Amino acid sequence: MSEDTSTRKSALGDLKRIFGSGSSNLRQFGILFSLIAIILLFQYLTDGLTLSSGNLINLVSQYSYILILAIGMVMVIIAGHIDLSVGSVAAFVGIVVATAMRDWNFPWPLAILLGLFVGALIGAWQGAWVAYVGVPAFIVTLAGMLIFRGGNQVIGNANTVPVPDGFTIIGSGYLPEVGPNTGYNNLTLLLGLIIVLAVIYAEWRARRVQSIMGSTPAPLWVSIVKVVLLCAVIVYASILFAGGRVGTSFPVSGIILGVLVLFYAFVTRNTIFGRHVYAVGGNKLAAELSGVKSRRVNFLVMMNMSILSALAGMIFVARSVASGPQDGLSWELDAIAAVFIGGAAVSGGIGTVVGSIIGGLVMAVLNNGLQLLGVGSDWVQIIKGMVLLVAVGVDVWNKSQGRPSIIGLLTRKKKTAEFPSEPPMVVPDSGTPDTARPQSTLPN
Amino acid sequence: MSSDHVILEMRSITKEFPGVKALSDVSITVNRGEIHAICGENGAGKSTLMKVLSGVYPFGTYTGDIIYQGKNVHFKDIRSSEEAGIVIIHQELALIPELSITENIFLGNEPTKWGAIDWITAKKTALELLARVGLRDDPDTLIKNIGVGKQQLVEIAKALNKSVKVLILDEPTAALNESDSMHLLDLIRGLKGKGISSIMISHKLNEIEQVADSITIIRDGKTIETLDVVADGVNEDRIIRGMVGRSLESRFPDRTPHIGEVFFEVRDWTVQHPQVAERMVVKGSSLTVRKGEIVGIAGLMGAGRTELAMSIFGRSYGNFLSGHIYKDGKEIVLKSVADAIDHGLAYVSEDRKALGLNLLDDVKRSIVSAKLAKISSGPVVNDSKEFGIAEEYRKSLRIKTPSVNAGVGKLSGGNQQKVVLAKWMFTDPDLLILDEPTRGIDVGAKYEIYGIIQQLAEQGKGVILISSELPELLGLADRIYTVFEGAITDCIPAESADPETLMKSMTSARKKVQSI
Repeated sequence: MSEDTSTRKSALGDLKRIFGSGSSNLRQFGILFSLIAIILLFQYLTDGLTLSSGNLINLVSQYSYILILAIGMVMVIIAGHIDLSVGSVAAFVGIVVATAMRDWNFPWPLAILLGLFVGALIGAWQGAWVAYVGVPAFIVTLAGMLIFRGGNQVIGNANTVPVPDGFTIIGSGYLPEVGPNTGYNNLTLLLGLIIVLAVIYAEWRARRVQSIMGSTPAPLWVSIVKVVLLCAVIVYASILFAGGRVGTSFPVSGIILGVLVLFYAFVTRNTIFGRHVYAVGGNKLAAELSGVKSRRVNFLVMMNMSILSALAGMIFVARSVASGPQDGLSWELDAIAAVFIGGAAVSGGIGTVVGSIIGGLVMAVLNNGLQLLGVGSDWVQIIKGMVLLVAVGVDVWNKSQGRPSIIGLLTRKKKTAEFPSEPPMVVPDSGTPDTARPQSTLPN
Repeated sequence: MSSDHVILEMRSITKEFPGVKALSDVSITVNRGEIHAICGENGAGKSTLMKVLSGVYPFGTYTGDIIYQGKNVHFKDIRSSEEAGIVIIHQELALIPELSITENIFLGNEPTKWGAIDWITAKKTALELLARVGLRDDPDTLIKNIGVGKQQLVEIAKALNKSVKVLILDEPTAALNESDSMHLLDLIRGLKGKGISSIMISHKLNEIEQVADSITIIRDGKTIETLDVVADGVNEDRIIRGMVGRSLESRFPDRTPHIGEVFFEVRDWTVQHPQVAERMVVKGSSLTVRKGEIVGIAGLMGAGRTELAMSIFGRSYGNFLSGHIYKDGKEIVLKSVADAIDHGLAYVSEDRKALGLNLLDDVKRSIVSAKLAKISSGPVVNDSKEFGIAEEYRKSLRIKTPSVNAGVGKLSGGNQQKVVLAKWMFTDPDLLILDEPTRGIDVGAKYEIYGIIQQLAEQGKGVILISSELPELLGLADRIYTVFEGAITDCIPAESADPETLMKSMTSARKKVQSI
C-alpha cells in the first residue's frame, strides 16, 4: 500500500486501527464491540452490580471451563469438524478423577495427570474414528456423548463423588494474600501490572515488525490511544478483582484459562501445526496436495479437544467439590455457540481462538446479567438462542453482501463516504475469472 | 435449400464472459434427421455453444438468433428447451445412483394420478423406452448397479420420454469401451431413421467419420467451416486440419534450450481407477525428463494425463499398481505428497481453485504453504521471513495484488496461478509438473507464465508441461509425449512435431513407443 493512499485515510480509519489492523480483524472488532455494549447495558440495568468485584470473580470462575472448551472447539471447527461429546467427556473424566482420589487414594496432583491422560485416550479413540476410519465427527462424537455419559454413571453408580480439599484449588482457588496489607490482593495487582507491561511490549513489537515488513504502521497516536485504553481496562479490572471480599481474588481457573488462551492463540497463528489446521479446514484437497498430512491434523485436533474437555471437567468438579452424573450437560452447545458467535465458519477454515473467547464472554455476560436481573432460566435460554441466531445471521448476511462483519453494518455508510480511494479488492486486469471457463471439470 | 429440411439454425451466436469472447459469430444449421458433429480443440467453444442452445445460458446473455422449427425461440432455462424437444446429455451423466432406472427416467417429469405418482404407467412407459434403446435390464435396477454404457442408454431413454427432436450428446463415448460405444453409435443412427436429429460433440474422430452426416468445425470461438461428410469426402485428416489449422503466432518468449542429461525417469507406470478396479487409467507408461528440458504431454480430455501426473506426485490419484521412478540414477519411492516434495517434485494442479489454493488464505500464507519448515524454527513459523519471501515472489512474478496480506480468493485467475507457481517455486523443486498452467487465463498473463516456465528450465530444472492447447505445447516443449486412453502412444521431438501428427497420436493407439 503506498504512502499516498494511507495518508488519505481518515481519522476514522486510524480509529478503527486501534482495535486491530486489516480486514481480518474487523470481525473480531465487531464482536468485541458487542461485548462492550452488552457489559455496559447490564451495568446500567443492574445498577452497577455487573462490574462489581464479587460478580466479576464469580463470572470468571463460573465460565472459565466453558471458555476452555471453546478454545479446543474453535480448532475442531476450523478443521471442519464438530465435537458434541465434550460435556460427556468432561463428566466422565471428572468421575474417574474423583473416584481415583477417594477409592484409590491418588494424591490430587497425580489425579490431575490421570485425568489429562484419560482425556488424551478418549481423544485418541475419537480422533482415530474421525481421521483414520473416516466417520464424520458429528457421528463419532454423538456416539461419544452417549458412551461417556453412560460411563460416568457406571463408574459413579449415578451418585455424586466428593473430591478432597487440595484438588478444589483449580476450580475454586484464588491468588493467595501475600505481602503488606494494602487493602487489595497484592498478587492480583501484580498480575495486572505484568499484563500492562506485556501489552505495551506487544504493541511496540508489532509496530517494529510492521516497519520491518515495509507496511505503514498506524500513526503513533493510534498506538498510544490503543495502549492507554487497554491498560485502563486492565488496571480497572485488576483493582476490581483485587478488591473483592477478603479471601477472594483473581481465580486460579482464570489463570489457567489465560495461559491456555495465550498458548493456543500462538499455536493457531504462529506454528506449522496451526497453519495446517486452517489449511485442512479451508481446502482439504489443496492441503493434501501441498504435503499436509490431513489425517494426522484431524487426529490431533480431536485429541486436543478431549484433553481440554478433561481439564474443563476437572475444574468444574473442583469448583463444585464433587463429581456428579449431571456434570457437563449441554456444555457442547455453549462451547459451539461461543465459537460461532466468535466468527468461525460452519464450513471450516475460518475462526480464531481470541474471537471464540470473546464470543464465549458475550454468552457468559449475557447469562450472568440476566440472572442478576432475576430472569428465569427459561427466558435466559430463549434469549441466548436468539442472540446466537442473530449474531451468526448478521454475519452470514453481511458476507453475502460482501461485507466482513457485524460492525461493517454499523460503519458501512461512513466507510463508503470516507474511503473513496481504497484500493479495489479485485485486480481488474490480467486474467479471466474462472466462471468464464467453458470446461472446468475434474478428471473423472 | 428449402427450410423444411432444417430443424434448427443458430445464427451469429456471440457469447462473452467478462474479459473473454467464448463464441464470436458462430452459426450452425442442423437438418431434420441428421447427425451433426461439432469438432474443435478443448476450449474452442463447443460446450459453450451447446449450453447456449439448451438454455443453460438463458436468452439475453448471448447475442444472435436460434431458429427452431421455423420460429425464433428464446429459452430461459434447460426446462424450456427440453419442453421444446431439445435435450442435452452431458459428459458427466446426470443420473442419481441410488434411484432405479424408472425413477431416473421420470425424475422431474413424473406421471401422476390424483396427485400421487402413477408407478404402473411409469413402469410400462419405461419398459417401452428401454426397448427402444435396446436395454433389457429390469427397470427397477438401481443406476449404480449398471455400467456406464447402460447408464448412457438410460439417459437417452430419458430424453426420448421428453419427445426429443434434437438430441445433444457431449462426448457420449468418452467413458465407454469399444463395444458399448458401437452400440451407442448404432442407436444414434437408429434414432436418425425415426427423424430425430442429433448434435454430437466428440474427440473421437473415427467415430465422427463413421456416423456423422455433416460436421461443423469451431476454432477459437469461431465457425471455421461446415463439411458434408459424403459430398466433401471427409476423413480424419481433413477434420484435424480444420481443427488446428492456424499458424503459430509468436506468442512465446524466445529461448535457447540448454538440455542436460536424463535425471528423472518413470518406467512402466500403471495405475488403477480409485473406484472402478478393472479400469486402468494409466497403462504401462514410461517417460524421461532431462535437466533444463520442457517435456510436453499432449492428450485429449480424459486420456489420463492428469491421472499420470498426480499418481507420480506421491500417489495422490488412484491406486498404484506397478512401476518405478528413478531420480538422479537412484530409484525413489514416493508414497505420499510429502515424500514427493522432499524429493524435489512439484505439481501445479489443473484446477487451482479446487486443488491448488485455499481460497480463504492470504497471498503470503499461500506462497509458503507447501514448505513451511523452510521458514520455521522448530514448530514456529517466522512471520517476517514469510512476509519477505512473499514480497520477493510478488515482485519477481509480478503478482498483481493490493498487498501480500490480501486474500488470494480475490485475485484474478492469472494472478492466482502466479501465486500457485510461487508456492511451488518456493519448495525449490528439481522437477515441476505443470498441469494446464494457463487454463482460463488470458493472453497477457499467459505470456508471463510462459516466461516463468522457460526461466525455470533455464535454471536447470526439469519441467513436465501438460496442456490441451497444442500451440502451447509446440511453442514451449522440447519434446512431446502423446497420451491416449491411459497409455503413452508416441514421443515426438519438438522440431518434427506438428499439430496434425500430434492429433493423430492423441486420437488413436497407433503405435506404442518406449521412451527414448
